[in-house]
Amino acid sequence: MVGGINDPPLSSGGGGLWVLTPSGSAPGETRRKSEMLDSLLAFGGLMLLRDSVEWEGRSLLKALIKKSALCGEQVHILGCEVSEEEFREGFTSDINNCLVYHDLFRDPLNWSKTGEALPGGPLGALTAMCRRTDPGPVTIALDSLSWLLLHLPCTTLCQNLHALSHQNSSLGDSSVQQVRVLGLLHEELHGPGPLGALSSLAQTEVILGGTVGQASAYILCRRPQQRPTHQTNWFSILPDFSLDVQEGPPVESQPHPDPHTSLVDPMTHLTFNLRLSKKEREAKDSLTLPFQFSSEKQQALLRPGQGQATSHVFYEPDAYDDLDQEDPDDDLDI
Amino acid sequence: MDSAGSVVSVAPQLLIQSAGSRSSECSRNSITFSTSPLTGRSRQDVAWSRRGQSRERSCRLHPGRRAHDPGKLTLLCDAKTDGSFLVHHFLSFYLRANCKVCFLALVQSFSHYNIVGQKLGVSLTVARERGQLVFLEGLKSSMDVFFQAHKEPHPLQFLREVNAGNLQPLFEFVREALKPVDNREPAWRCPVLLVDDLSLLLSLGVGAVAVLDFVHYCRATVCCEFKGNVVALVHDSGDGEDEENDILLNGLSHQSHLILRTEGLSTGFCRDVHGQLKILWRRPSQPTAQRDRSLIYQYKIQDKNVSFFAKGMSPAVL
Repeated sequence: MVGGINDPPLSSGGGGLWVLTPSGSAPGETRRKSEMLDSLLAFGGLMLLRDSVEWEGRSLLKALIKKSALCGEQVHILGCEVSEEEFREGFTSDINNCLVYHDLFRDPLNWSKTGEALPGGPLGALTAMCRRTDPGPVTIALDSLSWLLLHLPCTTLCQNLHALSHQNSSLGDSSVQQVRVLGLLHEELHGPGPLGALSSLAQTEVILGGTVGQASAYILCRRPQQRPTHQTNWFSILPDFSLDVQEGPPVESQPHPDPHTSLVDPMTHLTFNLRLSKKEREAKDSLTLPFQFSSEKQQALLRPGQGQATSHVFYEPDAYDDLDQEDPDDDLDI
Repeated sequence: MDSAGSVVSVAPQLLIQSAGSRSSECSRNSITFSTSPLTGRSRQDVAWSRRGQSRERSCRLHPGRRAHDPGKLTLLCDAKTDGSFLVHHFLSFYLRANCKVCFLALVQSFSHYNIVGQKLGVSLTVARERGQLVFLEGLKSSMDVFFQAHKEPHPLQFLREVNAGNLQPLFEFVREALKPVDNREPAWRCPVLLVDDLSLLLSLGVGAVAVLDFVHYCRATVCCEFKGNVVALVHDSGDGEDEENDILLNGLSHQSHLILRTEGLSTGFCRDVHGQLKILWRRPSQPTAQRDRSLIYQYKIQDKNVSFFAKGMSPAVL
């Protein structure tokens, strides 16, 4: 496909693949539907949504925004990649009224010079969001981090993201982080360095992938002083941006395991032996090495070579050979 | 999709000209679409005549034609083959559809596109004279940057700059060409920006981010403000060695609503099947329906058209 994107390999990681089974009852289903979003929104900090060309992540971002707005949080959106009306499409009007959209799409680099652009360009817009002083829980959506990463130095972006997601801890109000930052990141656009830097800043990472017809999210959570947890959810997003969690595809059509954790035994098809049989081990132990000076060898050397194969050098000097040891090159004019 | 066959109605209006001397066959001026019904062996030729002898179907390859659809970005991408036949197609298509077209032709001369366009039934000279087509001929006007004095920056001003900064003059040219004017000329339909091609800008020293910014601004203006369409061609080197091109290609793919990717066959050159076309529909901000998201066809370029068929269903092998 475009840019060499194949179906991203699903690494089930250490936590194993969690396949949901249908519970059959309506409350059970509702619980299942909201579980994934709830678990994602349970903690604050930075959440990275890593998507690709084939599995886009903006609809999941919008689903998370909708859920946050329904929970009564303030939602600020820094929109760089799509227009405001395209972003708001699909939301109901009451949700749209909760969203504060900072438009960095129309004129991010101030080319039109009409004064409508956000002051300070991309960096100014980002630092302005850091200086927000309203109390209460807030969700900040960055659409997208990739755009910011292409236009700002990685270090600046990381510093601002850190400041953004740790805002309330500086006020000293409570130990619970009340700021949640959702960042959409297009994986193919960046090298391993920036990706790794952002990944280390994030408390939650959601990697989007899927198989034919079925989208999946591999969720990695890092909490301070706890082990990282993994889980994989299969889902689809409905046109109103609510999430429908599904059971995964049947096991036969599961994608192949990550090539790094191949289950093939590397010991098969070797051209050499890795183990010794008993006889071979005995033969090996009884072998005398050539440089070992055992008593037999000493006797053999002291005895003149009787019937032993010793080597002789037979030399027939040529006519012009000079065997004079004192002047081998025959160039002394004495 | 058509109820009768699974592949018939997808690309009926791709009346496309071969981009070079691929074949000396001169077939009728129509699309030949081979489809094999479920029973397998027989073959139907569905010919769509440009002159209206058979029905015209709305072509799903041309997004944004409905009145309430905002503009779309269509990305043409080719890997190991020449995808410029798609550029010729879209140019002639939009001219025939009475749209105002701004064509940034950086690769070939005006006469090249004109000759090809005439085979497809449009005259670029006439279109340019009556104001429907704004044509930036990169090869010729690059000389103007050096040898003619301009008061305002030339669209290709970046050629003069040591650090090819940004493409703002080029964007201003596009905006000026496509902005709606009142009542002075016959009303054209939606404005269209066509670029051939963006990878060339990388070769000319512009950075990938600068090209992405240019396309961003074109999208913001042409698609969102003017409600037009943007079609751009990018080459894919395929081997991952050209990082700038990969950034450009991936960045554009994320912004696009429709990606048409032509590839050469992996087994090599074939006389009867010139390549395959992958069609991927994306809605960057809406959840995409899983069905019909992507399709693959193989094609053969002839003198005045391109015939499409399902994989393995080339008439030459059936």
